[in-house]
Amino acid sequence: MSEHFVPAKTYILVFVSLLFLTGLTTGVAYIDLGVFNTVVALVIAVAKMMLVVLFFMHMKYSSGMTRVVVIAGLFWLAIMISLTLADELTRWWTPTAGAWGTSMLLPFLVLLS
Amino acid sequence: MSRAVADLPAASSGSQVNYLNARYGIKSWLLTTDHKRIAVLYLGSITFMFLVGGIAATLMRIHLIDPEGALFQPETYNKMFSIHGIVMVFFFLVPSIPATLGNFLVPMMIGARDLAFPRINLLSWYLYITGALFMLYAIMAGGVDTGWTFYPPYSSIYAHTHVIAAVLAVFIAGFSSILTGLNFIVTIHKMRAPGMTWFRLPLFLWSIYATSVIFILGTPVVAITLLLMGLERLFRVGIFDPALGGDPILFQHLFWFYSHPAVYIMILPGMGVISELVPCFSRKRIFGYGFVAFSSMAIAVISFLVWGHHMFVTGQSIYAGLIFSVLSFLVAIPSAIKVFNWTATLYKGSISYDAPMLYALGFIGLFTMGGLTGLFLASLATDVHLNGTYFIVAHFHYIMVGGAVMAYLGGIHFWWPKITGRLYPDAWARFAALVVFVGFNLTFFPQFMLGYLGMPRRYAVYPSEFQVLNVMSSAGASILGIGYLIPLIYLIWSMRYGPAAGPNPWGATGLEWQTPSPPPTENFEEIPVVTEEAYNYPGTEVAVRG
Amino acid sequence: MAETAVPSPLHETHPEHAHQFEDKEQQREAGTLGMWTFLITEIMFFGGMFCAYVIYRSLHPHAFELGSHLLEVKFGATNTAVLICSSLTMAMAIHSAQVGKSKGTIIAFLVITMLLGLTFIGVKLYFEWYHDYLEHIVPGFGFMNRGEWGADAPQVQMFMVFYFFMTGLHALHMVIGIGILTVLTIMAARDRFSSRYFAPLDISGLYWHFVDIIWIYLFPLLYLIGGRYTTGGH
Repeated sequence: MSEHFVPAKTYILVFVSLLFLTGLTTGVAYIDLGVFNTVVALVIAVAKMMLVVLFFMHMKYSSGMTRVVVIAGLFWLAIMISLTLADELTRWWTPTAGAWGTSMLLPFLVLLS
Repeated sequence: MSRAVADLPAASSGSQVNYLNARYGIKSWLLTTDHKRIAVLYLGSITFMFLVGGIAATLMRIHLIDPEGALFQPETYNKMFSIHGIVMVFFFLVPSIPATLGNFLVPMMIGARDLAFPRINLLSWYLYITGALFMLYAIMAGGVDTGWTFYPPYSSIYAHTHVIAAVLAVFIAGFSSILTGLNFIVTIHKMRAPGMTWFRLPLFLWSIYATSVIFILGTPVVAITLLLMGLERLFRVGIFDPALGGDPILFQHLFWFYSHPAVYIMILPGMGVISELVPCFSRKRIFGYGFVAFSSMAIAVISFLVWGHHMFVTGQSIYAGLIFSVLSFLVAIPSAIKVFNWTATLYKGSISYDAPMLYALGFIGLFTMGGLTGLFLASLATDVHLNGTYFIVAHFHYIMVGGAVMAYLGGIHFWWPKITGRLYPDAWARFAALVVFVGFNLTFFPQFMLGYLGMPRRYAVYPSEFQVLNVMSSAGASILGIGYLIPLIYLIWSMRYGPAAGPNPWGATGLEWQTPSPPPTENFEEIPVVTEEAYNYPGTEVAVRG
Repeated sequence: MAETAVPSPLHETHPEHAHQFEDKEQQREAGTLGMWTFLITEIMFFGGMFCAYVIYRSLHPHAFELGSHLLEVKFGATNTAVLICSSLTMAMAIHSAQVGKSKGTIIAFLVITMLLGLTFIGVKLYFEWYHDYLEHIVPGFGFMNRGEWGADAPQVQMFMVFYFFMTGLHALHMVIGIGILTVLTIMAARDRFSSRYFAPLDISGLYWHFVDIIWIYLFPLLYLIGGRYTTGGH
C-alpha cells in the first residue's frame, strides 16, 4: 500500500455515499420488484463494498499485488459457491427415483433467473 | 563466526556458535522466534504424532489378518481407522514438510534472516500442539469413529464418541497451517535477497508457495464446516440434518472443497523436495525449470476445481459429476509434467545412490503409480465400482506414503547435516530406504487387488477369500514399520555420535549450503547477493534469464 | 567462546523495524500483505457459511422469507449506519496520524470507533438477540414453531440458525476488533504513532473495514429478503 495521501473530504464523501446506499437498499426492499429485489440488493451491496475497499482500504492506491490477492479471494469464493450450486440445483434434472430433493426445487428457478 | 566455504568438517558442532547452542534452557526453546528452532520443535511433535497414527495402523493391520477380525469389535475397529486417518492427515501429512523443512529452509533459501512474522510462526506451533492435545484427549477418552471425513448425520446426531473434541482438534490445527501459509507467502514475496528473482528460486520454494496458497484459500472452509457440524451436534439444531430440511451432501461439498486441495497440500511439498534431490544427485540442472515451477501453481489452482470426484456415488447430480470428472483428468497433467521433467533430469546424469536419492527414486515410481490409479477413480463409470473399496485405500496410500512420506524422509536425510550439523550412518540409511520400499509395496499393492476384487474399505470383517491378500498386506506393514523405526534410531543416534558435517556435504547448490552446519541464528552475516540461476551444477549450461 | 551470539550492528534493536527486515519499508509492505492475505482467509471462512446460506435459500425461498420477517429492519439498518460511521472514524484515525495530528486526535477517533462498535454489539445483544430469546426463536434455546409457518417450520428454524451463527461470528470478529483498537489506543497514548510510523493503525484499519464489509452483505441477505412490501408479498 502506498503512502498516498487521501484527503479527509474523500472519506466524508464516501461515508455519505455509503449511508445513502444503505437507505436506498432499505427503501427498495419495501417495493415489489419480484426477483429483482435480490438483484438490486446485491448490486447495492457490491457497490458499498467497492467504496469501502477502494477508498477506506486504499485499494485504489495500492500495488497490483494487493489487487491480485483480493481478486483471488473473491474468485475462489465464487468457485466454491458456483460448483456447489451446480450440483444442488441440477439434481432434479435427472429423474432418478429417490434423487434427493426432487420435489422441492421448483422455486429456485424464480429466484435465480 | 566464520563463513566456512571449504568442505572441511568443523571440529565439532559445539565449538561454533550456531542456532542450536546459541542459547540454552527450555525457555529459550519454548519462547524462541528463530524459524530453525521452531522447525526442530515441529520435527519432534510431528514425529510423535506419526507414531500415534502408526500405532493405529499397526493395530488395524494385525486385526485384519483374520477375516473375522483378530483384535477388535467392529465399533473399536471404526475408531482405529478414524484415529489413523485424522492423526495422519491433519497432524502428520499436512504439516510435515511445510512446518519442518519449510520453516527451516524458506528463509535460508531466499537469503533472509527469518520469516516475515517470527512470533506468528511460534504461535503456529503452539496452535498445532493445542490441536494435538485435544486429539490425544479424544483418543484417550474413548476415541472417535466417524472416519476422518466426519460425515453427518452420523457425526452430528448419532455418534456416541468424542466427535467434538476431535473436531476442535482439527479446527485449531487448521489455524496453525493457515498462519504458516500466510507467513510463507509474505516471506517469499517480500524478503528475497537482492538478485533472487522468482525464476532463480529453488523449486522447493515454488512448491511451498503453491502449498501456502492452498493453505490460505482452503483451510478456512473446512474450519467453518467442522464448526457448523460441531454446532449442530452441540445444540441439536439442523444444518445438515435431512429431517430438518438440511442437506448432508452440502457438508460433503464444503468438506471436500478443502480436503481435496488438502491432498495436494500433502504432496506438493514432497514434489518440491524431489525437485531438489534429483538435480543434486544427478549432478545436473533440472530439466524444464519453468515447467516445473508453473506446474506447481497449476496444481494449486486446478486442485480446487475437482472436489466432487469424492462424491460421485453420493447422489450428487450427474451433470456436476461430469464437470468434476473432466476437471479431475485435467489435474493429472501438471503432475505428469513434473514426472517427465524429473526423468529427463535423470537422463544422462551422473547418478549417485545416496539415501536421499533412493527415497527420491522410490517417490517417482510410486507416486506415478498412485497418480495413474487416480485416473481410474476420476472416470465416473469405473469409480462406481471402485469407490468405497480398498482400491481407493491403495491409491491414496501410494501417493501419501509411497510419495509424500518417502519425500519427507528423503528431505530429512538430505538436510539433516544442515539442521543438526551431523552426518548419519550412510549404510544404515540406504538399507532402511530399501526396507521401506519393499515393505511399502508388499503392504499396499495387494490392496489394489483387494479393491478390484470388491473388498470394501472401513470394514472390520471380510469374506475369507480375501484373507491371503490381507495377510500379505499385514506382513508388508510389519516390514514397513521396521523400515520407519531404523531411521528413527540412527538419526537420533547421529545427533550425539554422528561425525560432524561440513557446510555442504552433498555439493549441492542453494543458499542454505553456503552457511555452516548448523547455521548461526541469523543465517547470514551479510545478506547474500544472488547472481546465478538455480541448480547451476558444473558442466551444465546455464541460461541466464533477463 | 561466548555462549550468546556475538552482537553486531545487525542486532541493534531498531524501534521502527524488526531484525528480520532490511528496512522500515519492507516491514510495512510485509505487514500490509500479511493482513490482506489474512483477510482473504476470512473471506473463505465466512464464505463457507455464505455458500451454505445461498444453497439453502435457493432451495427454500419461502421459508427464508418467513424467517427474515422475524427480524426487525430498523435494528439492522441502524447497525449498518453505526458500522459505516465507525469505518469513517477509523479511516480518520489513520488519516490523523498520517498528517501528523496530535495523539489526542488519534485517540479520540479510535475511542469513537470503539464506542460505535460497542453500540453495534449492544443493539445486537439486547434489542435483537435477547428479544429473540424471549420470543422463542433462538434455535437450541427453546425454539418454538409457529402455526403460520406450516410445513416450512423446519426451514424457518434453519434460517434462524444461519442468522444467529452468521451474525454471531461477525459479532465475535467485532469484539476482537475492539480489542485490537484498545491496544492501538494504548499505543497511541504512549506516543508510538507519528506521520512517519503508523503502520499498525493502517493494518488494523484493514481488518476493521473488512468486518464492516461482512455486515454490508449480511444486512440485505438476512434482513431484506423477499421484500418487505406490504402488498401481500410472500
